Amino acid sequence: MNETRHRVTLTVNGVLHEAEVPGRRLLSDCLRHDLGLTGTHVGCEHGVCGACTVLLDGEPVRSCLTFAVTADGHEITTVEGLARGGGEPSPVQRAFTECHALQCGFCTPGFLCTVTAFLRDNPAPSEEEALEAVAGNLCRCTGYQNILKAVHRAAELQAEEDR
Amino acid sequence: MKPPPFDYHGPATLGEALDVLAEAGPDGKVLAGGQSLIPLLNMRLAAPAHIVDVNRVPGLDGIEAGPPGVRVGALARHAAVERSPEAAAALPLLRQALRLVAHPVIRNRGTVVGSLVHADPSAEMPAVLALLGGSVRLASRGGEREVPAAEFFTGPMESALRPGELAVSAFFPALPARSGTAFHEVARRHGDYAVAGVAAAVTLDEDLRVAAARVACVSVGPVPVVVDVTAACGPRPAASADWEAAAAAVRDRVEPEGDIHATADYRRHLTGVLAVRALRDAAAAAHGEEA
Ligand SMILES: Cc1cc2nc3c(=O)[nH]c(=O)nc-3n(C[C@H](O)[C@H](O)[C@H](O)COP(=O)(O)OP(=O)(O)OC[C@H]3O[C@@H](n4cnc5c(N)ncnc54)[C@H](O)[C@@H]3O)c2cc1C
Ligand code: FES
Ligand code: FES
Repeated sequence: MNETRHRVTLTVNGVLHEAEVPGRRLLSDCLRHDLGLTGTHVGCEHGVCGACTVLLDGEPVRSCLTFAVTADGHEITTVEGLARGGGEPSPVQRAFTECHALQCGFCTPGFLCTVTAFLRDNPAPSEEEALEAVAGNLCRCTGYQNILKAVHRAAELQAEEDR
Repeated sequence: MKPPPFDYHGPATLGEALDVLAEAGPDGKVLAGGQSLIPLLNMRLAAPAHIVDVNRVPGLDGIEAGPPGVRVGALARHAAVERSPEAAAALPLLRQALRLVAHPVIRNRGTVVGSLVHADPSAEMPAVLALLGGSVRLASRGGEREVPAAEFFTGPMESALRPGELAVSAFFPALPARSGTAFHEVARRHGDYAVAGVAAAVTLDEDLRVAAARVACVSVGPVPVVVDVTAACGPRPAASADWEAAAAAVRDRVEPEGDIHATADYRRHLTGVLAVRALRDAAAAAHGEEA
């Protein structure tokens, strides 16, 4: 079948990318297959697991519930874009490592993007706010306790950096 | 899974959007936040021939709050309405309800108007619109019409929207002075659709007796079930109002069905319990107390 293809321009992690995609191409698949950025993971394609979460113009969204054509002209940050210049891990990434907040790592890109945006908006969250922030992401390995620790540790690391 | 193929349209103006929708007729579907439509496409439960993506149409993301109430544009995301201090001041129920809609990340994309058109009987915002007696404004190439909530929700996942129409906004009317609201629900997991849920609005008279009390219940009927319980609990002072009698009236009115999540009896029971909690908190809020 010959589907109409649409030219889309996406700024991903600061780099301009172009792709030709059918209307039904999910942003998650565009990132992974058209642009080769496989850091964004795909679990359920129902919006339930959160593994595919990326930042669209700075706000976390499910890339499996967004069409690439809708994102045309917008800025996207994926897990590949969270590290600092020179590949130095961000405070959120360091906290996840320190707190052992991952085992298999499948869910991690979604958690990292979600938590990065959350701490930007709420740099000193309460226990309950942190819980609410990650409640939309599933992890089948860790039991979540270390992920919650990592959220608070990341807030500390970020505060130290800003001092 | 992946969505089935469709023709994608990305109109840049409202006029263009209405033209495309008119031509597509029953084969066309509006794409707003995509948080309900794209899962349906991914699961292959829907296969529209034309998708009309309105995300580029300017002027649809407005949130206008004032003494008469809050008008929410088609592209106002759940998160934007939830965060709007003006909307929360005019109608605290909007924020009370939106905090129960899915997860923050879903709320960044999903729209309030999309949630109304989607008309899921378990969804919070249709219950809010029904409780307040709000309305949805529908535009087509032929003109506009404003449909009251009581006529807008016609069945499970069915609304009065006709082929070729775009819902451009929804209006949530404010409540009179000395009113309070609350929304309580029970879900299997935080962020899930509710097994049962109750939105309540209570208005007190000058002597702080119950002048009006209403609830809207989710997940216990084909559309939000609105029950006026004023007679059952008034006109007594809110502190001695018979909320249990009100809950009994609510239990009599709802028509829950059993499914894998809960039996019909359990849903009915929960709805009664939640009605008491929501009415009590709404009355406290009407008194000016924190619930
Ligand atoms: C994991 C998950 C959990 C969720 N949990 C909840 C929950 O607890 N409670 C809840 O209420 N919702 C929940 N939702 C759904 C969410 O609230 C959606 O955002 C909402 O139901 C639909 O809004 P949308 O803008 O995303 O609409 P879309 O998905 O874009 O569209 C939904 C339907 O409405 C139509 N439509 C949308 N906008 C218009 C318009 N302006 N004019 C005409 N037709 C239109 C579309 O054609 C489609 O048929 C959940 C979603 C997910 C993925
Ligand atoms: S893959 Fe997108 S939420 Fe699971
Ligand atoms: S680390 Fe394996 S799913 Fe979270």
